[in-house]
Formats: sequence, structure tokens, C-alpha cells
Amino acid sequence: MTDKFISIEGIAKRYPGGSGATTTIFENLWLSMARGEFCCVIGHSGCGKTTVLNILAGLDAPSEGAVIVDGQAISGTSLDRAVIFQSHALLPWRTVLGNVAYAVSSKWRNWDRAKVKAHAQKFIDLVGLTGSEHKRPSELSGGMKQRVGIARALSITPKMMLMDEPFSALDALTRGTLQDEVRRICLETGQTAFMITHDVDEAIYLADKIFLMTNGPGAVLAEVVENPLPRDRGRTDLHRHPLYYALRNHIIDFLVTRSKTFATEKPDHDPRNVPVVRIGKPGLTIASSGEEQRQTWTPGTNPGLTA
Amino acid sequence: MNASLRLRAGLVSIALLAAFLGIWHLATRSTAPVATMSPEYAKLMGLTATQGKSAMPGPLDVGAKLWEHLKRPFYDNGPNDKGLGIQLAYSIGRVGTGYLLAVLVAIPLGFLIGMSPLLSKALDPFIQVLKPISPLAWMPLALYTIKDSSVSAIFVIFICSIWPMLLNTVFGVASVRKEWINVARTLEVGTIRRAFTVILPAAAPTILTGMRISIGIAWLVIVAAEMLVGGTGIGYFVWNEWNNLSITNVIIAILLIGIVGMLLDQILARFTRMVTFPE
Repeated sequence: MTDKFISIEGIAKRYPGGSGATTTIFENLWLSMARGEFCCVIGHSGCGKTTVLNILAGLDAPSEGAVIVDGQAISGTSLDRAVIFQSHALLPWRTVLGNVAYAVSSKWRNWDRAKVKAHAQKFIDLVGLTGSEHKRPSELSGGMKQRVGIARALSITPKMMLMDEPFSALDALTRGTLQDEVRRICLETGQTAFMITHDVDEAIYLADKIFLMTNGPGAVLAEVVENPLPRDRGRTDLHRHPLYYALRNHIIDFLVTRSKTFATEKPDHDPRNVPVVRIGKPGLTIASSGEEQRQTWTPGTNPGLTA
Repeated sequence: MNASLRLRAGLVSIALLAAFLGIWHLATRSTAPVATMSPEYAKLMGLTATQGKSAMPGPLDVGAKLWEHLKRPFYDNGPNDKGLGIQLAYSIGRVGTGYLLAVLVAIPLGFLIGMSPLLSKALDPFIQVLKPISPLAWMPLALYTIKDSSVSAIFVIFICSIWPMLLNTVFGVASVRKEWINVARTLEVGTIRRAFTVILPAAAPTILTGMRISIGIAWLVIVAAEMLVGGTGIGYFVWNEWNNLSITNVIIAILLIGIVGMLLDQILARFTRMVTFPE
């Protein structure tokens, strides 16, 4: 990958702990994403996933290191990076249209009301909320609220979307539909997306690359798993793909055991050259057991992160 | 079900009122023994001594007097004899002026304190000391410095209504949900626009609650303040009628103070409902 759209370079986050000591959530974290790539982060609670996302969004500043987006180090928030919040974070005193229009008028300050409204309406239609424009968030179901959150994020036509467990509070059916929508919209608009999730299937369905993080404090990015499934995958026949279970087992194994033991297992882990895991080769072998999987790794250097 | 509950509650209210008026009427009937005295002496004595009439007016006396006042609320026969409407207008005017001044100071100041942890910590000891001071304790100081009794009353209203508004504004502004602030931050909304489009609507219900508490306190204090400064106002009217030994007028004034206080509270309650948002 020569196109490093987003590059996180050696960031750390430390908090002052009790009696003068500092707690390190993570340090020396390096990762990069190409333009148009959909990346998911998986890791246990407390490993600093949300902190990484907040740093990417500019809501939080790293204690060390820098984040470079499109060739420029970021400082603070930007309308180029839209955030979809876990708790949807709609302004309850505004209607659906009002919430989206607020974002639109924040980006284009000199637009008149009619233009803002028309633009906002376009994105409300896009997420399938036509007819609910004048409802307040309290009148909407959880799924509809999150759709408004998505419409608000998309309406400012960002260069990338940052999602913090956007679907974790939804029921399985709604979650499925919204995953479809987000995937469709991201593919159509060529969004670069960074999403935190706890749902392995969600990651497999949506992500091109899956970042696995070990347990905090002192969390590290252990592996980058490349999704071997074809780009035109569907949610319903996902599990029939020959590499699906190998991929899923690999991630689950990591979450269940290796996320705890990684630091002792691999003391020579180089955070600048995180191993890229490619499970099987598309359409070739079916790696079913853990042993076979490990043989099929390509623990070479990540070409995107050469020093 | 709901309607019938309201109906039954209304009936109980009416029954309680009737019982209260009935007991009041019975308790103030003339029952005391009448002493025999010479007609000259009897002229000097009141009806209590000559006819055994209770010194406490009954509900019918109060009703008749009230009707008299309501027919002529705005008459003005000199400094000590003004219609109840005029007296109430003076009181409401003072409360309104002092209260509005307090709003103009408390809400912007509360915004600043709420948004700045430094100011919040620095001003906290002053607020904690000033808040529990009885507003009437300021009266001598106000009279001495302002040298105008009417303006001093307004100052007392100002000083008593500022604290609940200030504290509620600080609390409301400081406890705006972080995620709403983050929404504004990710949209690169500037500080001023953020204050008006996110913090103000989010804190408005808390601020209005503070304003509602303040108007209640202001109305409580104005009666006492006007008893002290004198001249005009419903508080002065109460004290003046006490000096006239007109218990009937005192009772009427008490009733009107209650009604006006309730109306002021209802107005603020309506404003609070207007800015409250369901979550």
C-alpha cells in the first residue's frame, strides 16, 4: 500500500494515576489505513479503542505521537472526519431534520435555509427516514435514531467516518439492516471508515482490515487481519464462504486467549511492523483448526509501515 | 378514569373549602356574654364588648369587604388609602424589576462560571457565604448606600433572587452531556454558536427551574421588605391595616398574596414546559 490516507504514528495515551505514577493505556501504537478502506478494531474493554477513535476524531489528544490524515498532522476536530457516536448523541430539542441541518449549516455557514434543508433532506432520504423529518429523537426507535446519526455524519460529506460501536445498542434485526446500509453507503461514496466493534461477525461483514488489540493497560496492536472474503459479500451467505470460519475462529481465539497472553508469547513484537495475517488465499485452502491457521499466516512486515 | 379522578378530586376540594368556611363562620359567630355598661362607655367600646361579636371577622365579612375592593381596585385617596390593585401593582413592579436585573446578571455570569472550572472553583466560597444571607439583612446596608427606600426594596429582591438562578445556571451549563458538546466539536462549531445552539437549549430546563425558585423567593421577600420600607405595596398594606386593626383587610391581603404568588409560579412553570425536551 503506497496510499497511506491515515497514518497513526507512535501515539500513546497516559493518565496520571495515584501517587504520582502514570497509567499507560497504550503506547507506541502505529497503524495505517488506505483511502476507501473499511477498518474495524476489535479488543476487550479498556484496551483504549475508544481513545484511539477520539484521537482520530480530534476530540482527544495523544500524550505522544501524531496522527497524519491526507498528508497533514491533525490538531483538533475537523469536518472532514465525521463521528457516529455509540449513543447516537442527537440533540433532543431538535427534530430529525433539525439535527441533520445543524451539521449541514455548520459545514456550509453561508448557505440559506432552503439550501440547507434540501441538502439535509437528501441524506435523510438516503438512510430511509423519509416521512420522519419532523419527529423528535424521543419519538424514534433506537435504530431510527442511529440512522439520523448516520445521516448527520454523511451530510457533511466527510473524508472519513469514525464509528464507536454504532450498532451495539440495537436489536439483531435492526443491526443487520443498518450494517447493510452502512456498507452500501461506504462502498458507494468511497468512505474511509474506522469502526470499533465487539461483534466479530459485524467486523467480518464490514471490514477490509481488522485490527486486533491486546488487553489494556499497556495494550498493543497485535495483528492486522486482512479480510479474505470477496468484496461483493452478502450478509446472508457470509457464513457459507470457505474462509469464513477460519477467519472467525482466528479472531475468537485471539479474543478468548491470545489477547491476554500476547505480551508474554511474543516479547519481540515490533509495534511498527505489526504482522499482517492473511488467512488462506481466497478460494484455496480452508483453514479450519488453529494450527493450520497459524501456518498460513504471512508474518512479514506490513509494507505500509516500513520504517 | 383520569377525568373521573379529576372530578372526584375537585369535589373533595370543594367539600374541604365548604367545611373550612363553615367552621370559620361558626367559630366567629357572636357568642360571648355581653357586659352591661352605660351607653357613653358602650360608644367607646367596640362591637365585641357591646354585642358579644367576635373580634375575628367571619367569612361573610371578608367576602363583603373583598367584593368592595374588587369593585374599586384602583382608587387613590392619598398615601394611606389606595386600592388593592395599585398596591399589588407596586409590589409586582418591584419584584419584576429586581427579578429581571437578577436574570440579566445571573444567567450570563452562571454561563461563564459553568463553562470555566477555574472561575467555578474561585467564586465558589463567595457564593457559599453570600447565598445563605437573609435578603432582609442587606436592607440597612442598601438604605445607607442607595438612600432610597423603593430602590432598596428592589435591591433586596435582586439579591434574593440571584442565587437560585446563578447556581442552577452553573449546574445546568456544567452538566451538559459531553456527547452533545462532542457533536458540536466534531462539527467545528465555534464557542459562541456552541453556547447558543447546544449549551443553552440543554441547560434551559435547569435554568428555568432556578428562575421558578427565584420568583417564589422574590414574592416571599417583597412582603417583608415592603413592611420595612413602607409607603406602597401589598406588604405595606398588610402592616398598615394591622395598625388600623382591620383584620378583614389583612385576611384579604393574605389571600391576594397567595393568589399572585401562585400565578407567578404558574407563568414560570409554563415557560419551563416550553423549553423542556423529552429524552
